Amino acid sequence: MLQTSSSPATLPPGPVLGTEPMLAIRDLHSAYGQSEVLHGLDISIAPGEIVAVMGRNGMGKTTLMKTLMGIVPVKSGTITVDGQDITALKSHQRVAGGLAYVPQGRMIFSAMTVQENIETGLTVTKERKVPQDLYTMFPVLLEMKGRRGGNLSGGQQQQLAIARALASRPKVLLLDEPTEGIQPSIIREMGRTLKKIRDERGLSIVVSEQVLSFALDVADRVLVIENGNIVHEAMRADIDEAQVARFLSV
Amino acid sequence: MFGDYSLGDLGAIFAMQGFAGLILFSVYVLMALGLAVIFGQMGVINMAHGEFMILGAYVTYLCSTFFQTHLPGLFGIYFFVAMILAFLASGALGMIVEWTLIRHLYKRPLDTLLATWGLSLILQQSYRTIFGAREVGVELPSWLIGSVQVTDTIEVPINGLFVMAITTLITVGVGLLMYRSRFGQQVRAVMQNRPMAGAVGIDTEKVDRYTFGLGCGIAGIAGSAFTMIGSTGPTSGQLYIVDTFLIVVFGGAASLLGTIASAFSISQTQSTLEFFLSGSTAKVLTLLAVVGILMVRPQGLFTLKVRR
Repeated sequence: MLQTSSSPATLPPGPVLGTEPMLAIRDLHSAYGQSEVLHGLDISIAPGEIVAVMGRNGMGKTTLMKTLMGIVPVKSGTITVDGQDITALKSHQRVAGGLAYVPQGRMIFSAMTVQENIETGLTVTKERKVPQDLYTMFPVLLEMKGRRGGNLSGGQQQQLAIARALASRPKVLLLDEPTEGIQPSIIREMGRTLKKIRDERGLSIVVSEQVLSFALDVADRVLVIENGNIVHEAMRADIDEAQVARFLSV
Repeated sequence: MFGDYSLGDLGAIFAMQGFAGLILFSVYVLMALGLAVIFGQMGVINMAHGEFMILGAYVTYLCSTFFQTHLPGLFGIYFFVAMILAFLASGALGMIVEWTLIRHLYKRPLDTLLATWGLSLILQQSYRTIFGAREVGVELPSWLIGSVQVTDTIEVPINGLFVMAITTLITVGVGLLMYRSRFGQQVRAVMQNRPMAGAVGIDTEKVDRYTFGLGCGIAGIAGSAFTMIGSTGPTSGQLYIVDTFLIVVFGGAASLLGTIASAFSISQTQSTLEFFLSGSTAKVLTLLAVVGILMVRPQGLFTLKVRR
């Protein structure tokens, strides 16, 4: 990738390695009631890095995302975002701390209009109007801003969920299986969008995935999670596709 | 049952009973609004809603006696002051109750039914201790007494017109608050998906508390209006709570328009039938009709057409 040292104002695309991590997860345990799902995860995400967390169903991807957002309680361990410890904070305080979340199944507010959906993401920024750059990035949402969110197609809902998450001006964007139930052509488009978001806004992205091609397309680094532990880790350049595929096969 | 009346008489009867029904409708709408907002927001069925209404009625009563003895010159406007105070008193009590009791029970919705029912008993006994078991009535200012003669046989009471105007204002206000304000947007987001609302940055606990306060505050205003059509006693609220539940269910949960339509149809049926039959027979017929319609349309009168 091309880097220009003359303009320090714009963030160079790609991860800024060797600095303080933007998101640091230390010895994270979380549980639904008595049954522990995550058994001591250690993950560091650099500023501007895109990391794909891969694994089969039931291996803890969604639980990891929900634990990061404060929807599933942390049993022990710490989560820090940009140096701030958010482990004990409530969901909305974590959003204020810089996390944003695009959940599995998108979970947009179906009875509210597209515009209202995006506006809910503005709560922590105290802005009143939807920033123009979000509509520039997702022009279809501007077209449909008066429609109810529930009446959008799957791909449009996915864009809406991403726009809603970006409205809170996050430092780290979490996406849980964004390709689920989306047409292949739109999946490629989404990969481009995610990289564009990272390049334009310089934020870190954690995306959980089952589709290897999509992960290889967007991620700088790939982690494989199995039974609540990280069992494999590789940079995109030196990834062994066959090995990762074996982890994903049922 | 219509045989003894001439056609003109019947017209006048329907018009006047219809109007009496409109005052009942106003109280129902205000009660049901609060109940529907609370139920829609947090799935809590507030069995103590009638007691929040009666708190508003007692506040109105206190206000009227205070103005009579200390500020007789301003007695004409006491009702406006009373309504604001009723809203604040019931709203504040609602927020305290939410903070001390309800918020610990969100994960156990059935227990909130018991808890709020217990609360209603506690409140009833408190009213009995503080205000006495005898029912009290308020003195209306002179401009609210009397009626407008529309035709020879039809006359319309002024206080009824006043109550309806207030109800319209509040309903429109709540509608605007819910659908035009940032707070309403947050309330609707929490209603639809609580964990997700938190994950986009909405402080769901704060929204819960204010919503509960708002619902109870509106019940307080309903209590103010109620003092015009009935006398206030410790257990007066109980008579209204069942009807109000019925209205919320009949109208279709989470639909403001449905709540209004169902309050209108139930109060009108009730009021018109009451003239010709005994009160309890009228109620039985109304309830039968509602049960019949709900069997055909379990989702209520109005529903949102949207993919979930």
